Amino acid sequence: MKTILKTATALATVGFVFAASQTAAQADELTLCWAAWDPANALVELSKDFEKQSGTTMKYEFVPWPNFADRVLNELNSGGKLCDLLIGDSQWIGGSAENGYYVKLNDFFDKEGIKMDDFAPATVYAYSTWPKVTPNYWALPAMGDANGWFYRKDWFAKPELQAEFKAKHNRDLAPPKTWEELKEIAEFFQGREIDGQKVYGAAIFTERASEGITMGATSALYPYGFKYETTPGKYDMEGAVNSEDAVKGLEMYKAIYKCCTPPGYTDSYMGEGLDAFKSGQVAMMMNWFAFMPGMAKDEKVGDKTGFFVNPGQKIAASTLGGQGISVVANTDNMEGALAYIKWFSQPDVQKKWWALGGYAAHNVVLNDPGFKDSQPFAAQFLEAMGGVQDFWQEPAYASLLQAMQKRLHDYVVADKGTAKEALDGLIVDWTAIFKEEGKL
Amino acid sequence: MSAALSTAHSVVEPTVTAKRVAAAVVILYALISLVPLLWIFATGWKTPPDSISYPPKIVFNPSLEGYCNLFTTRTRQTSEYIQALGPPQGICDKVTRQREMVIAGPSNYMPRFVNSLIIAFGSTFLAVSLGVLSAYAFSRFKIPLADDLLFFILSTRMMPPIAVAIPIYLMYREVGLSDTALGMILLYTAVNVSLAVWLLKGFIDEIPREYEEAAMIDGYTRLQAFFKVVLPQAATGIAATGIFCLIFAWNEYAFAVLLTSGSAQTAPPFIPTIIGEGGMDWPAVGAGTTLFLIPILVFTVLLRKHLLRGITFGAVRK
Amino acid sequence: MASVDAISNRPAAHRGLRGLSDRAIAWLFIAPTMILLLAINIFPLFWTIYLSFTNYASNRPNRPVVNVGLRWYRDILNSPEVWAAMQATAHFVFWTIVLQTVIGFGLAYLIDRKFRGHALWTTIILIPMMLSPAVVGNFWKFLYQPQIGLFNHVISFFTGIPASSFEMLGSVALAPWAIVIVDTWMWTPYVMLICLAGLRSIPDYIYEAAEVDRASKWRQFWSITLPMALPFIMLAVLFRGIENFKMFDMVTLLTGGGPGSTTELASITLKRQAFEAYRTGYSSAFAIILFVAVFGLANIYVKALNRVKQR
Repeated sequence: MKTILKTATALATVGFVFAASQTAAQADELTLCWAAWDPANALVELSKDFEKQSGTTMKYEFVPWPNFADRVLNELNSGGKLCDLLIGDSQWIGGSAENGYYVKLNDFFDKEGIKMDDFAPATVYAYSTWPKVTPNYWALPAMGDANGWFYRKDWFAKPELQAEFKAKHNRDLAPPKTWEELKEIAEFFQGREIDGQKVYGAAIFTERASEGITMGATSALYPYGFKYETTPGKYDMEGAVNSEDAVKGLEMYKAIYKCCTPPGYTDSYMGEGLDAFKSGQVAMMMNWFAFMPGMAKDEKVGDKTGFFVNPGQKIAASTLGGQGISVVANTDNMEGALAYIKWFSQPDVQKKWWALGGYAAHNVVLNDPGFKDSQPFAAQFLEAMGGVQDFWQEPAYASLLQAMQKRLHDYVVADKGTAKEALDGLIVDWTAIFKEEGKL
Repeated sequence: MSAALSTAHSVVEPTVTAKRVAAAVVILYALISLVPLLWIFATGWKTPPDSISYPPKIVFNPSLEGYCNLFTTRTRQTSEYIQALGPPQGICDKVTRQREMVIAGPSNYMPRFVNSLIIAFGSTFLAVSLGVLSAYAFSRFKIPLADDLLFFILSTRMMPPIAVAIPIYLMYREVGLSDTALGMILLYTAVNVSLAVWLLKGFIDEIPREYEEAAMIDGYTRLQAFFKVVLPQAATGIAATGIFCLIFAWNEYAFAVLLTSGSAQTAPPFIPTIIGEGGMDWPAVGAGTTLFLIPILVFTVLLRKHLLRGITFGAVRK
Repeated sequence: MASVDAISNRPAAHRGLRGLSDRAIAWLFIAPTMILLLAINIFPLFWTIYLSFTNYASNRPNRPVVNVGLRWYRDILNSPEVWAAMQATAHFVFWTIVLQTVIGFGLAYLIDRKFRGHALWTTIILIPMMLSPAVVGNFWKFLYQPQIGLFNHVISFFTGIPASSFEMLGSVALAPWAIVIVDTWMWTPYVMLICLAGLRSIPDYIYEAAEVDRASKWRQFWSITLPMALPFIMLAVLFRGIENFKMFDMVTLLTGGGPGSTTELASITLKRQAFEAYRTGYSSAFAIILFVAVFGLANIYVKALNRVKQR
């Protein structure tokens, strides 16, 4: 008993000393927070140059996407000092700007000669500015991204399948240009035996907890004509959110979920889709452009993978992803953080960023004549970025997103009600939120 | 053996058949309930593709990838890059390179595990210490409103952790205890101390007062009597209470995920975020889960006799 | 026999240099606990009550705080989502208690037959409850996956139903049972331990007397075993009930509340409102309502338990 007590006391003392002695970050270190995915690894590689140039040690805190928003927003709200630099999701701009979590970068940009005109306008609008359409910059566009599609071009190229498809649908088996075509292709592959394995049509986003199903469904809703407001800035959602076209779009998404996805894909997001595609379970996979560089190099399916932009329907539209890099306002190393931003904005760094697998938003990369051929998905990326739409970026975006996640998952996965009811209910939820915010 | 003596035992002893049937059912249940655990343990030894193969593989080639992936972060590189590096250093380097990847650095698992050790053991020690002191006082002295206080102490455990976390989150934000080991230790202690007081009061009630009184007659002060006479007698109770407090603090998730992010995060919020190149890195998760179970398993097995005594909290008398 | 009061009234001669008065010791021993509980439990509780009457949002610390009276309480009690969550919670609590009590008591009874090696097997049965519920939820998600997970394949092996044809976590009908199964797997050992303590506390002589009276084994079970173990069983039910009412981590990681909101338990709704929508005032009101509910139910239950104890 005595020994246990002594050991316990010793352990506890050590523990308390350790706990009480936790100090802030050491000198000249920067912690960069982002999501844990392929591009983050590329950024680590890229930043080795910065480390050499500046002598600053870079530390990283990468959080998997399903937990990223929760973790980082809690950190910001609780005044944490974990991150000096944050590559935050585009939807966080409103809240972070208004609550003073991000540093406003206008003066810094002016001083260092960093021009927002040098970056693709869609990215500046989406990742840097708040309020929208005002020249108030809270982030440098870091990673352009949109929702795209991967497909097994080797399967599409099989002569017997091509013949069968052509006979059935009177057109070639090729990447779809509309959602209706997408559904036909998915149904064609669903349950088919290819190379001795049963395969399925498509892997789409159905994740409930963070943002998965919203990102997935909007990829169908936007092309059908779904809009958030009839008049931008007026929050008049009736007729935009629940228009007949929007209803059709949502019904299409559910139809594809029901008919043509692998079993068990009721809560899937990026990782599950990648696994399904890499293990040869699906003919097509919805996922972010961010994963295309990695997939193109994959040992199993790299050379068998093709890419196509999100199919249109009434209009061409893709769901916007992507992030800007911001300086967290209560960082202890403001100079170091700003130096990183300056370094990152340089054209040759941006070029290397693209080469390593990051989606640079700088015009010097995107407007380069050789860009379209630099990667098998580069052309699709340019096409997608030409028609991207983003979710609400309001400070209340988290509540708005939550409401949409619930309504969508209830309808698509849990079979509650009709598409119209889901979208009508969504308007009710969003109206209540905007009323609480004082916007309505 | 028992067959020959079956007529010679007390009439309340179960028959041999009864014992055999009981044994069969219990062993069957134990084996069934072990299956998920064995599966997770086995998954820790599979390669990532094997772990997500369908149908699931029961026979597989064991690999160290799970454990190596758990402790490292890796990046994928081209073969030329890998050739250009020197020979692999250590077994995990070798394993990683076979996948065309290179170790980029240590993962966060070890720091999280260490945080768990510090926070869980620290708060257990504190909770049991405070608990035994308070339990002694409640047991031996007439405290005004004792019964109400005790019920109030127990009722603090009735709030859902999320509910408790809301004001604590705000409070810690003001005081600067967010994401600190100290903050978490205080919180877990507060949650555990109520249980500790209840359990230990039951145990101390059972220690006859004559022992302390005899000691005090012999010249010990009450404090000395407490430390030299009562505490050793209460060892079983303290051990049992310690186990329960430790299990709670070690495995706690809700407070950890809401109130910590980097510095003080423990293992339970961390393990479900271990992703591989696509979805979850199940071999690494299996490895992490197995390793995380070991301290508790060791602790509980060592003190299992006390566990049985402790479970009734002395709240129900013979 | 000297009583405590007599000792504490001893003349000062017996209080040595290091001896504090008993009164001082009593307060010294209790004070740290009380201070800690006041700081971490009581003060926050009052703060929560205060917040529940305001429109405070923790992600807008600079916004002026406005008193909204009983608005949140009204909203919550009228909200169909909240009632759905309470119903999901009630379903979960009820079925886990039923299953864990029946199986736990059954196991305890069998272990009490004291067959050879029962101590070892008891320890093995205990292992699931030593795991972190969050980690358990996470890896059961893996086990429940229709194609790569073990669960469906085992069921398929024994019943012939194809493994891919049903989804425990994705089906509105099966998901509530999926969470009940996992919780039962984890916590039946706990109930078993409590019941075992209860069974062991029944003295042999009572059984011997019954044997002398030629009572059948069945009769002995119903008249002796069950009634005398009842206080313990009720205690197990109380603790499991309170814990499962608060359930958050295991279910969050297993289903995230899905599909849709089928398994969204009260704590999950609370977490979403408090830490994702940052509606601090609203979630404080919900927290108070939950606390009052548990407290009230527990109070009633403990009174019943005390009456059973006194029989």
